[in-house]
Amino acid sequence: MIRVVLPQHLRTLAGVGREVTVAVKGEVTQRSVLDALEASYPMLRGTIRDHVTQARRPFVRFFACGQDLSLASPEMPLPREIASGEEPLLVIGAIAGG
Amino acid sequence: MSQVRVLVGTRKGAFILGSDGTRKQWNVSGPHFAGWEIYHLKGSRADPDRLYASQTSGWFGQVIQRSDDAGKTWHQPGTPPGEATKTPDGMPKGESNKFVYDTSPQTGKPLTTHQWYDGSQRPWEFKRVWHLEPSLTDPDTVYAGVEDAALFRSTDGGQSWTELAGLRGHGTGPLWQPGAGGMCLHTIIADPTHPDRMFVAISSAGAFRTDDGGRTWKPINRGLTSQYIPDPNAEVGHCVHRIAMHPSRPNVLFMQKHWDVLRSDDAGDSWREVSGDLPSDFGFVIDVHAHEPETIYVVPIKSDSEHFPPEGKLRVYRSRTGGGEWQALTTGLPQSDCYVNVLRDAMAVDSLDKCGVYFGTTGGQVYASADAGDTWAPIVRDLPPVLSVEVQTLS
Repeated sequence: MIRVVLPQHLRTLAGVGREVTVAVKGEVTQRSVLDALEASYPMLRGTIRDHVTQARRPFVRFFACGQDLSLASPEMPLPREIASGEEPLLVIGAIAGG
Repeated sequence: MSQVRVLVGTRKGAFILGSDGTRKQWNVSGPHFAGWEIYHLKGSRADPDRLYASQTSGWFGQVIQRSDDAGKTWHQPGTPPGEATKTPDGMPKGESNKFVYDTSPQTGKPLTTHQWYDGSQRPWEFKRVWHLEPSLTDPDTVYAGVEDAALFRSTDGGQSWTELAGLRGHGTGPLWQPGAGGMCLHTIIADPTHPDRMFVAISSAGAFRTDDGGRTWKPINRGLTSQYIPDPNAEVGHCVHRIAMHPSRPNVLFMQKHWDVLRSDDAGDSWREVSGDLPSDFGFVIDVHAHEPETIYVVPIKSDSEHFPPEGKLRVYRSRTGGGEWQALTTGLPQSDCYVNVLRDAMAVDSLDKCGVYFGTTGGQVYASADAGDTWAPIVRDLPPVLSVEVQTLS
């Protein structure tokens, strides 16, 4: 299972705790993890990436294993530790005041 | 005994205020959706327990929330509580947050660009829902005015949304431009006597009317003059801040424009200025007394660069003559050192006798008058900046 840590607002929206787990078939990439996340929690559709273009929302970032993967290709395989469940994929709301 | 429910949208959540018909004691529930911007929430006239809310965030986008029990509980309409959130084949059911512009050629001439602040063209891009307007007759039908400006409709209680693309498609879109708050469709008014007629207003494009249920639209801006566009009398490009109508006289419209207060007596075909003796004719809100169609209210704001009341005095102005002659209403309102703003969706009236008038400020106060504006008092005073105020009168 893939572990995903959500920011506070999205935990409230999805009615979940800090971390959720999702099952991914095939290669573990940003896209496949987010597809699985949105399939399990459809209320999150459109909150992390655009409904239509699937582009990451500008104030959302992805961290994993100490790396910033926000600008990485959605098709790029995520680190082995994410695929094995040892480490979570962090979905972060960018610090932007307010 | 009658009751009144006041729905308040703020920068950091929604609040629901309740009182009996005396309107003296108020209870406050909330914040609902704490931390999120609630641009607007409004109840259905056909089912007062049905509320819709626009929950939005610069981080996480747009969420539509619905309550079927007067705000006690909320859910996203595409994923009702207690129901599976996925179809048997694993696909998500919820589409309630999905606002996709219609680009199909069948619907007319869908536009791909509008004017940016610097005059260049930019593609339409969905940002948020500014205003939700439930149908007068069907609780499951609701309209959404969005930024970038367009009108969407849901006929399934907010589960899914379809653009009424004729509005963007009639040909003037490249001349529409954003105001300081963005290019938003913020006013939606249904004509209670003419089911196919509806009015909308856009900053900065102007006012538009449909007479065929939203299929086609025409600009209704004749008589508007705006010095901030190349042709001050242009067909479109005007920054209309708000339009109000009394349901008993749907051909009479009142408008607070970026500058100027105006009225139309022919359903928007022509307008004339009625700013009269106001201390400033800049402002955002305008509303009509529930029982006196010629009694209207505005809150003058000093200017478009100084978004606060003239002289630091928060004054509602009332005209009992449909504009032209205005009376300052000050009793109970701060008359010194007050520098709040009252945003365009932040005034509403109840339908009790005497008519109640309500407005919210960017300082977090909601003021109410239970005597048609003669006297005022804050019914809550330390909320986050208020974005919208709606009122339900419950029998």
